[in-house]
Amino acid sequence: MIQEKIVTLHVNGKEVKIIAPAHRTLLEALRHEGFVEIKCGCEKGDCGACAVMMDDRPVDSCLTLAWHAEGCEVTTIKGLGTPEKPDPLQLAFIETGGAQCGYCTPGMITAARALLNDNPNPSLAEIKRGLSGNLCRCTGYTRIFEAVQLAARNMREEREEV
Amino acid sequence: MLPPFELSQPTTLPEALSALAAGDGQPYAGGTILVPDLRGGREKCRRFISLAGLEELRFIGHDDEGTTLGACTTIADIAKDPEMAIAAPALAAAADVFAGAMVRSVATIGGNICCGSPSADMVPALLTLGAEVTLSNSEGKRKIPLSAFYADYKKSVLKPGELLTAVSWKPLRQSASHLFFKLARRKGDAITVTGVSVMMAANDGKCSKVRIALGSVAPTVFRASQAEDMLRGRALTAELIEKAAKAAADQCSPIDDSRASAAYRLQTAQALVRRQLTQAWHQASSV
Ligand SMILES: Cc1cc2nc3c(=O)[nH]c(=O)nc-3n(C[C@H](O)[C@H](O)[C@H](O)COP(=O)(O)OP(=O)(O)OC[C@H]3O[C@@H](n4cnc5c(N)ncnc54)[C@H](O)[C@@H]3O)c2cc1C
Ligand code: FES
Ligand code: FES
Repeated sequence: MIQEKIVTLHVNGKEVKIIAPAHRTLLEALRHEGFVEIKCGCEKGDCGACAVMMDDRPVDSCLTLAWHAEGCEVTTIKGLGTPEKPDPLQLAFIETGGAQCGYCTPGMITAARALLNDNPNPSLAEIKRGLSGNLCRCTGYTRIFEAVQLAARNMREEREEV
Repeated sequence: MLPPFELSQPTTLPEALSALAAGDGQPYAGGTILVPDLRGGREKCRRFISLAGLEELRFIGHDDEGTTLGACTTIADIAKDPEMAIAAPALAAAADVFAGAMVRSVATIGGNICCGSPSADMVPALLTLGAEVTLSNSEGKRKIPLSAFYADYKKSVLKPGELLTAVSWKPLRQSASHLFFKLARRKGDAITVTGVSVMMAANDGKCSKVRIALGSVAPTVFRASQAEDMLRGRALTAELIEKAAKAAADQCSPIDDSRASAAYRLQTAQALVRRQLTQAWHQASSV
C-alpha cells in the first residue's frame, strides 16, 4: 500500500486541500485541481513551462513534490497578475509580441518576475541568464528579452514618479 | 507520472539519521537528479528520506576559520551570498553558471557532491579550495577531504546510514586567485563538457600554492596533481604552464558522448588549464 496524505496547499492566496501520494508532483496536483495555466512540457526540468513561484523563489513544478509545497505560498501566472490588474511583465509581453503560441509564457513570465524581484535593472546578458531555464519554440527569444527590458523600464519609471 | 515511492519527512537531523540507520531509504534533497532519474527508470530506489524539513542543514557560515555550507544549502543561496565572491570566487562563479533559475532554487550543494557525477559543477571549485566534507550517522561524524570522497564513477566512500551534512574550507589567502570556467554547448542551463578550476597563490615571485581540478573529463572530478607538482615553488613561464597543461590533459580519461568527443574534451582540457593558469599567475603574482 502506497501511503497517501492530505496536503494543504496555498495557491494564489486560496487554500487547496488535496489527497496525494508522495510521488505526486506539484505540477500534476495543481493541474488536476484546475490550475491549468501551469503548462506541462518536458517533465524533467529542461523547459521551464511548469514554473511557479514557491514563496519568493521560482521552481519547476514538475521537479517539485506536492508534499514539499506544503506550508509554502504557491503563485501561478494567474496569481502574478489578472486582466484587471496585470503585472507590468504581462503588459510588456503583449506590447512587444513576446508571446506567440503562449505555451512557454506562464513559465517565462514567472522566471522573469523572479529575475526582476532580485535585479530591477538587468542587463541583456543577465536577462538571458535569468531565462536560461525556459525554452520557447516560437518567438526566437528576441521579443521576450525586449519585453523584460520594457517591463523593467516601466517599473523604474513608475517608481520614480511616486 | 513518477513511479510510486515512499517518503518520510523528518524535521530534525537526529530523526533523519535514525531513519537512515534503520534503512528507511535514500536521502532526497532538491530532487533535481532524483526526479528525472525516477521518471527515466534510472533510479530504482522506492523509499526516500526527505531532507527538505531539515532547516539546520541549510546555512552559510563565514568566520576566521573559513566557510561552512550546510548540505541543504541551495545553489541559489550560494549565488546570492554577498560574501561568496571573496570567500570562494570560483564557487560563486560555478553557482552563477549552474543550470537555470528554477533548478538553482532547489538543487543543493549536498546533492551536487553526493550524486558523484563527473560534471557536477560545484565540485572542481570545492576541490581547489581544499574543502572537507562532514559525514554524519546516528553514532557520530567524521570529516574527510573532498579529494578522498570519490571512489569511482558515481561511487563515493559514503557508508550506508551516512549523510553528508556539511562542506567546509579554510580561508583563501587574500592575494590568491581562484577561478572556474565551464565549457558547454551553450552559456546557460547546459551540462558541462569540460570544467576547470584553479587556485593559486604566489610569494616572492614564485608560485607558493596551486590546486588544479577538472570536471567532465574522467570518471570523477579530480585534482591534476602531477601538473600541480610541476608548478609549486617555481616562477611560472609560458613554457612551464604549457607543460603543466599537457600533464593535466595526460591525467584525463574522457569519453565520447552526445555532448562532445573524448578528443575534443582532451584538447579543451589542456587549453582551459593553460588559460586559467596564465590568468591565475598573472593575478596572484601581481599583488
Ligand atoms: C535541467 C537541469 C539542469 C541541471 N544543470 C546542472 C548544472 O549546470 N550543473 C550541475 O552540476 N548540475 C546540474 N544539474 C544536476 C543537479 O541539479 C545538481 O547536481 C544538484 O546539485 C543535485 O542536487 P539535489 O539536491 O537536487 O539532489 P537530489 O536529486 O535530491 O539527490 C541526488 C543524489 O544525491 C543523494 N544525496 C542528496 N543529498 C545528500 C546528502 N546530504 N547526503 C548523502 N546523499 C545525498 C541522493 O540520495 C541522490 O542519490 C541539472 C539538473 C537539471 C534537472
Ligand atoms: S515541464 Fe517542468 S521544466 Fe519542463
Ligand atoms: S510562444 Fe510558443 S513556445 Fe514560446
